[in-house]
Amino acid sequence: MLSKPAEMHIPDGFLSVGVSIALWIVALIFIAISLRKVNQSLGERQVPLMGVLAACIFAGQMLNFTVAGGTSGHLMGAALATILIGPWASILVMTCVVGAQALLFQDGGLLALGGNIVNMGIIGSFVSYGIFTVIKRLAGERRVGVFLSGFTAGWTSIVVAALAVALQLAASGTTTANIAVPTMGVVHMLIGIGEGLITVGALSVVYAARRDLVTGDAPAKGGNRGLVIGGVLIAVLLAVASPLASAFPDGLEWVAEQQGFLDKAQGPAFELFPDYVVPGIQNEALATIAAGLLGMLIVLGAASALAWSRRKRATPSV
Amino acid sequence: MHLHYLDPYQPRDSVVHALDARIKLSLAVAFILVVALMPMGAWALYALLLALSLSVIVLSELGVGPVLKRSVLALPFVLAAAPLLITGGLPTLVTLPIGGGIPISAPGAARFASIAIKSWLSLQMAIVLASATSFPQLLLAMRALRVPKLFVATFGLMWRYLFVLADETQRMLRARAARSGVSGEPGRKVGGSVIWRARVAGAMAGSLFLRAIERGDRIYLAMASRGYDGEIRSFPMPVIPRAQWVVLFAAFFVLALLLGLSLVF
Repeated sequence: MLSKPAEMHIPDGFLSVGVSIALWIVALIFIAISLRKVNQSLGERQVPLMGVLAACIFAGQMLNFTVAGGTSGHLMGAALATILIGPWASILVMTCVVGAQALLFQDGGLLALGGNIVNMGIIGSFVSYGIFTVIKRLAGERRVGVFLSGFTAGWTSIVVAALAVALQLAASGTTTANIAVPTMGVVHMLIGIGEGLITVGALSVVYAARRDLVTGDAPAKGGNRGLVIGGVLIAVLLAVASPLASAFPDGLEWVAEQQGFLDKAQGPAFELFPDYVVPGIQNEALATIAAGLLGMLIVLGAASALAWSRRKRATPSV
Repeated sequence: MHLHYLDPYQPRDSVVHALDARIKLSLAVAFILVVALMPMGAWALYALLLALSLSVIVLSELGVGPVLKRSVLALPFVLAAAPLLITGGLPTLVTLPIGGGIPISAPGAARFASIAIKSWLSLQMAIVLASATSFPQLLLAMRALRVPKLFVATFGLMWRYLFVLADETQRMLRARAARSGVSGEPGRKVGGSVIWRARVAGAMAGSLFLRAIERGDRIYLAMASRGYDGEIRSFPMPVIPRAQWVVLFAAFFVLALLLGLSLVF
């Protein structure tokens, strides 16, 4: 059977109806835009190429490698797809993959599908695109620069998507942000390493065989400066918003309570989120998030610095 | 379309299989929506919904056991809701005797159980939908629901080539396994470092991607040589028989009734 990166796929029952519908609307808007954009750049080749690449990412998610203690790492693929075929095409491909997983394999719910498309398809693609482009620009078109930016893009796409999942669950009142955000964040900081390494491995093969696919001009793939900034912004926003949300869960709690009023209007009045926090957990969680965030920044900073210095060394001083 | 171990479709001669895919898809989505709209802790309504989904499973002749077994597989996600057990608030249901005692909140536990049950119910219907509807029929239903033609065509092509590429992936995995040593000694380290293993898997993904891109080009050429011009042409939708309309409205009525019950409960 297919191996599942299960933590990412939200099943039905976990997102409130309000959150599900909002995410569906976002997903539909971006799918419509990407259908048009990809049709402009590929024309009649769109259907066969996108179809086969979606099948490739779907099948590629079966590729795994053992880590330790019976766990294994595998590929989500948004970063790889974005780097090789551009962000819009990647959204289309990931939508097909995530849609088929929900519709046919119950990997993720149908009502929650909009959310899963947003997290793995849209956020995953935009974030990878932003991060990859920025770091590659710092590092230049050299091998090391490409690999470094590939790793960072893969890692960030997983971590940021996981943060988005945690926030959506918290906004639905399914979990509490001060626990879900650090847990999802830390777990996926580890899982993301696998994604990053596989992305680099894949890029090294493509770099050797079809360098044009990796280093090709971004505009040819349908990207632009605005998209780069947008992608980085999503990453930064979620990285900043999630610890804020978990430090001050009131905001999301408010959203959840608004949804809760719907619940209450319909049935038994339940105390949804009385302001009761287990002593100790709050501070511990805060420390974890702070450490996680700091770690993320350090890794990003280190990657950028390394990339930049490599490029300096590569360019002979005049 | 050839049968493959990946294909969830299980051909049977049941009434659920005979139902038009458009009706099945709308009913499954309606059921899941109603489940999502149910208030927390409405146990009686959950029981009614369970009865509904169990009867659909029985009618579909897929076997209650196998479907329920599959429906449990996706439940580990319920861990995501586990914090509710602690943060749900007073009164305390029970105090766990772990380090100083962890209070389990009663409303939190009710909410946690509700989420788990709702998720389980939705999953059952999704499994029936996928097992009782063949893929071409699902595509037809997507078209009827006004999914853009280009997207439906892409989706269909993905399914067609998924089997080809899944087989290719399996061959790659088998080739890797054949070239990798396994030690009978427990705890003995085999193979290279984790990073090395990850890069091997990555190289497999990379070559899969390259092969897919080349295959996509060949498929396009083959399609173009047979007259493909970017326009997706499809047969007109078959007519839904009157009896099936009755089923659709009856089911909608039952679901609306359950929703109404949840308001007065």
